[in-house]
Amino acid sequence: MKLKYASIAALLAAALASPTALAQKTIKIGNINPYSGPASAYGSIGKSISAYWKMVNDQGGVNGRKVELISYDDGYSPPKTVEMARRLVEQDQVLLVFQSLGTPPNSAIHKYMNAKKVPQLFVATGATKWNDPKHYPWTMGWQPNYQTEGRIYAEHILKNNPKAKIGILYQNDDYGKDYLKGFRDGLGAKASSMIVKEVSYEVADPTVDSQMVQLQASGADTFFNITTPKFAAQAIRKAYDSGWKPTHYLNNVSVSIASVLKPAGLEKSIGLISTAYLKDPNDPQWKNDPAVKEWQAFVDKYLPGANLPPAFTSYGYAVSQTLHQVLKQCGNDLSRANIIKQAANLKNFRPELLLPGIRINTSPTDFAPIESEQLARFDGEKWERFGPIIGK
Amino acid sequence: MSRRQIIVIAVVLLAACALPFVVSNYRTFQFTLALVYAIALLGLNMLTGYNGQISLGHGAFYAIGAYTAAILMDKYGVPYWATIPVAAAVCLVAGFLFGLPALRLEGLYLALATFALAVSLPALLKYHHLEHWTGGVQGIVILKPDPPFDLPINADQWLYFFTLAVTLLMFVLAWNILRGRMGRAMVAIRDQHVAAEAMGVHTAMVKSMTFGVSAMYTGVAGALGAIAIQFVAPDSFNIFVSIVFLVGIVIGGIASISGAIYGALFIQFVPNIADAISKAAPWAIFGIFLLGFVYLSPMGVAGAVRMAVARLTRKAQNQAAKP
Repeated sequence: MKLKYASIAALLAAALASPTALAQKTIKIGNINPYSGPASAYGSIGKSISAYWKMVNDQGGVNGRKVELISYDDGYSPPKTVEMARRLVEQDQVLLVFQSLGTPPNSAIHKYMNAKKVPQLFVATGATKWNDPKHYPWTMGWQPNYQTEGRIYAEHILKNNPKAKIGILYQNDDYGKDYLKGFRDGLGAKASSMIVKEVSYEVADPTVDSQMVQLQASGADTFFNITTPKFAAQAIRKAYDSGWKPTHYLNNVSVSIASVLKPAGLEKSIGLISTAYLKDPNDPQWKNDPAVKEWQAFVDKYLPGANLPPAFTSYGYAVSQTLHQVLKQCGNDLSRANIIKQAANLKNFRPELLLPGIRINTSPTDFAPIESEQLARFDGEKWERFGPIIGK
Repeated sequence: MSRRQIIVIAVVLLAACALPFVVSNYRTFQFTLALVYAIALLGLNMLTGYNGQISLGHGAFYAIGAYTAAILMDKYGVPYWATIPVAAAVCLVAGFLFGLPALRLEGLYLALATFALAVSLPALLKYHHLEHWTGGVQGIVILKPDPPFDLPINADQWLYFFTLAVTLLMFVLAWNILRGRMGRAMVAIRDQHVAAEAMGVHTAMVKSMTFGVSAMYTGVAGALGAIAIQFVAPDSFNIFVSIVFLVGIVIGGIASISGAIYGALFIQFVPNIADAISKAAPWAIFGIFLLGFVYLSPMGVAGAVRMAVARLTRKAQNQAAKP
């Protein structure tokens, strides 16, 4: 009995003497994901991330430290996100919050995280507002943002068909307007003369048929399609069936072959132009790619039988690798200030699941990690990449 | 009120006041949310528990209250405390007006009509002609109120006490309404509306008024919730909010004032417990909790507490009666 007390006393003394040393034996990371609710499909990303850090721990951790990932469910409901973020920061005292998902949930905690000076790293949304180091120096996105992508299509049009007459269909919210702004910025001074028609739709609309008729009637020969999957499928079908058949640019949000192109009709989708930044594990050309093989081994070992969508697990794998790199760069200084400093100091970093040639670069004034993509054309079966890597 | 009831209430109040000094800020924030839910549940319980009208749409009034507060604070610089009575008034009118046509609908049909209200509201909030006020999908970010008069407490603790004060006021008000003429009329309509009418109860008026008052309670809760969360967006007010409220009153205890508190604690804390048990199927675990509560205390937690107290009292009396 005495011995027990003695050992407890010794532990207490050690804890009091060096609280930081003890705390830093593990690295605590928080994560918020919708495991339930309307966006629960994205829960697969949370599961992939948890599996990734389990793998890292099995391999000895980061700089000899184990990583403890605490992941909570917010059901894609912003009030719940606030509650969970506070739980992570105040109760669990995590070092940073990683990959919280969705634009509304992240908007809800944006101010809080920055007031508390806790890194909100690599949020899972494509909105452009996460790249604002001047006002929000603790928040950073990861994926190419919508404005960047919009600019890429604009550049392609300017190069290949400078006399194009462009019609645009966009969803009337921040996502649609972000794309539109990037696209207009990309066209520059020629925007007002080249864009002959802009029409929008609401998420609540049943179809976009009438908008498509307006666009066709405007005489446009090029169509920029800023829509979410259901409406994308309708627009693709209508553009083909009505005999309009413009040069058709489709945003990256709706490139899924299974949920967009198949419902629209694969033969009607031939010739669509979009972008990509990640290797698609389903694509036969990557069958023998070492990075895809490494990812496959990870899925087999750490997510056996889970049968999660490859697009989500490969995304979760690549984004976790980015945080892994940040933690490695931090060395022994695991302060929040150093973490955000290192996150803003990624130089030519490459998670190998990114398409060849795409690199992650950040700086204290550039909080947008992935800023380049490659164009791809749908050939009736798969997305065929073409041209150089565009962007920074 | 009996003497024992007064003692119990005093003890609970004392505990509630001591709470933010004992637990962390994060817990204080959670209890603030629980108080907010308690007000909303009390409102819904008046309508469903006491008056027998089923509503699947109280999430909509919660949203209206929240947006009223957020818009007033964000666009017009109204102080947070002044938004509560405005939210109450707006929801009282909205509820009363919705209650008028809803009079013709009974039981399940009313449930469907209110359900329609709840599913359509998030889409309305995104509507681009209203975007100037509602902020569209981006929602509105509002500032957290600081404690006044240089009180030596932090913002979370202040918000808790502010919410506690409003909650108390709303509970006392509800207690007065439900114990009085209006409350008796509400229960009479629920149990035997023909007999109630024969006795001179103005059924239409009472039903609409109940709807209005119920919506007012939920609106006050919505405004307080928005201030506590500091953010409103259409995604915060999906149909699940309404369903969770209904779950809360059934678990807490139908037609019971104290049941609102038990129900609020349930809907605030049980989902977190479910999430801690399983990431794969948090809702399945939540469902098991629900089934457990429904089977073990079919009258709600309030009913179970009442029965336990009655049993203990009887035992004590029996023992005292023994020679």
